[in-house]
Amino acid sequence: MARLQLRNLEKVYGNQFKAVHGINLDVEEGEFMVLVGPSGCAKSTTLRMIAGLETISGGEVRIGDRVVNDLAPGKRGIAMVFQNYALYPHMKVRSNLSFGLRIQNMPKAEREAATQEVARILEIEELLDRLPKQLSGGQAQRVALGRALIKKPEVFLFDEPLSNLDAKLRASMRVRIIDLHRRLKQEGKPATVVYVTHDQTEAMTMGDRICVMKEGRIMQVADPKALYNRPANLFVAGFIGSPEMNLMQGRLEDVSDPVFRIDGQAVALGRELGARLTLGSASDATVGVRPQHFEVVRGDTDSGLNGRISHVEFMGHEVYLHVDLGGVRVVAVVGAAEYEALDRSSGQLRLRPNAASIHVFDTASGENISLSRLAA
Amino acid sequence: MDARTTPSDPLFRDDDTQEMLAASRAMAARQLRNERISAIIRYALLTAVGFVMLYPLIWLIGASLKTNSEIFANPGFIPDSPTFDGYVKGWQTSTPYTFAHFFWNTFLIIFPKTLGTAISCTAVAYGFARFDFPGKKILFASLIATLLLPNVVTRIPQYLLFRDLGWLDSFMPLWVPSALAGDAFFVFMLVQFLRAIPRDMEEAARVDGANSFQTLLFIVVPMLAPALISVCLFQFMWTMNDFLGPLIYISSVDKYPVSLALKLSIDTTEAFEWNRILAMSVLALAPALIVFFLAQKYFIEGISTGGVKG
Repeated sequence: MARLQLRNLEKVYGNQFKAVHGINLDVEEGEFMVLVGPSGCAKSTTLRMIAGLETISGGEVRIGDRVVNDLAPGKRGIAMVFQNYALYPHMKVRSNLSFGLRIQNMPKAEREAATQEVARILEIEELLDRLPKQLSGGQAQRVALGRALIKKPEVFLFDEPLSNLDAKLRASMRVRIIDLHRRLKQEGKPATVVYVTHDQTEAMTMGDRICVMKEGRIMQVADPKALYNRPANLFVAGFIGSPEMNLMQGRLEDVSDPVFRIDGQAVALGRELGARLTLGSASDATVGVRPQHFEVVRGDTDSGLNGRISHVEFMGHEVYLHVDLGGVRVVAVVGAAEYEALDRSSGQLRLRPNAASIHVFDTASGENISLSRLAA
Repeated sequence: MDARTTPSDPLFRDDDTQEMLAASRAMAARQLRNERISAIIRYALLTAVGFVMLYPLIWLIGASLKTNSEIFANPGFIPDSPTFDGYVKGWQTSTPYTFAHFFWNTFLIIFPKTLGTAISCTAVAYGFARFDFPGKKILFASLIATLLLPNVVTRIPQYLLFRDLGWLDSFMPLWVPSALAGDAFFVFMLVQFLRAIPRDMEEAARVDGANSFQTLLFIVVPMLAPALISVCLFQFMWTMNDFLGPLIYISSVDKYPVSLALKLSIDTTEAFEWNRILAMSVLALAPALIVFFLAQKYFIEGISTGGVKG
């Protein structure tokens, strides 16, 4: 196993379209790195450049101590799991697993032993004599995983491996892959993984660290907790978290004891937040509040933001309240019991953002300007 | 719901329900009858058309078992007294060679031609479908252009070329061009087939360490199998039926393939022994028919499905 480094990696297509804008990324030995982003953010292109399936237009890819830019995919010490499994349709599972070893001219007995070993780990022993078309989606994906595993590569590359599976199977495969990664680590054979997905749940649950990408640029690289609690910019704030963070554009006044003005309403954000702000003077700002960090204010006060409930989604243990704050729509999540206790007769309510969890972004640049002293 | 259970079943006690049930039963029966009638008509029509199509072949086989005089006396296709006389005498031919010799000649052309076509066209199609190289567009355009070029246009230049190479009266002009991917149609057919196969498997093979040639051999060729079988089948049948090629290039009788040998038996005898000619025609048809029916299964079966979930 080895660390993977990307240095100023660029991809320019023949029609001069620049897909990847000089990205830098270090994946440590044994680390599970997830590349996540909306479609078209070049996460797959980046992965394919690491794999050698796409030419590199600029910069370098380093695996261990070697620059692998000009090496064929088979010589890079990588293994890849494809979205649609890409099993060889005419070969039985056994041959699918051992094809890479056969190409390396490994003796048949060793090949067979390695196949059995991998089949045991992935519990696919009874499938060895089947053809790919006789496998279910989950089984095919396990075989694809086995085909990567058997090569004992330095870096594992996953290209949206679970997106063709149904939701239930996806959840169980997710656990299986994390388990496998952990087990390999415990056995002293840590696997360096780069895992591409567009699904933030996968990213958050699987990654040691997550690299959020947008339009060929890295937006933030951090562990899941930091990504959630300290999003570096508007894009990450909006992308990570479900339901999405509420982003409200308005004006920030009185920086030391900040007041946020939005559509004729004002809410005091508190001195504590003011101390965090890296901002000199009043400015156009976007305040981000996660739906879980709204508090419904009871009784007659004028703190918080006044709004009208426009729509209610019942999710079981909690309720999503879609609230119209006079122009801005926000979502607030409240517990089912709290929702029942609410006085809903007027259809109006007051929401107060939890000051400790508020994020303030510079509307123009999108940067988070409230990070300076916020604990991770 | 039948009458016995209805009274005890509270759900179906209602008279309206009974009526509705009866109506729907009647409708189902009507539908079944209509389907049967349409099936009968359909099969009758197909059988009739099929019979018309097959009639010449059936007549040919029947006539090959008749005596020479019966062929023109009896218009039906069932011989009065079947005889293999035509086969026995036809096989001997009027030359020093039997038909076995001519079949062997045909085989000597077909075998290298079909094999060469399969190998060369796969290689060329793989190149066009999977690699980017300078001049690819122009080369592919000229390939398509040769596809549109009528055969007759190239007959004379080809003849001159092969004459200068000293290949006249040999099998070489008949198979060498095809074995070097000279049949643009097959290249085009394989390119189209390859374009429809996802590249993922080949990428997986590259990640597994296979080079381009290994990828072609171990991954692409097996997936191409149905198309390759079609190519071989077409090449086999077209070569078997080719008359003009051997007629132009082959002059000595001992090198005649079956197609020329059939003509030979018409040329040499004054009073045509029609039953012999027809008997040999049946034998000449047989290989193509047998090969087609044997390969039919692979013709239809698509092997590329299953590896990739679409």
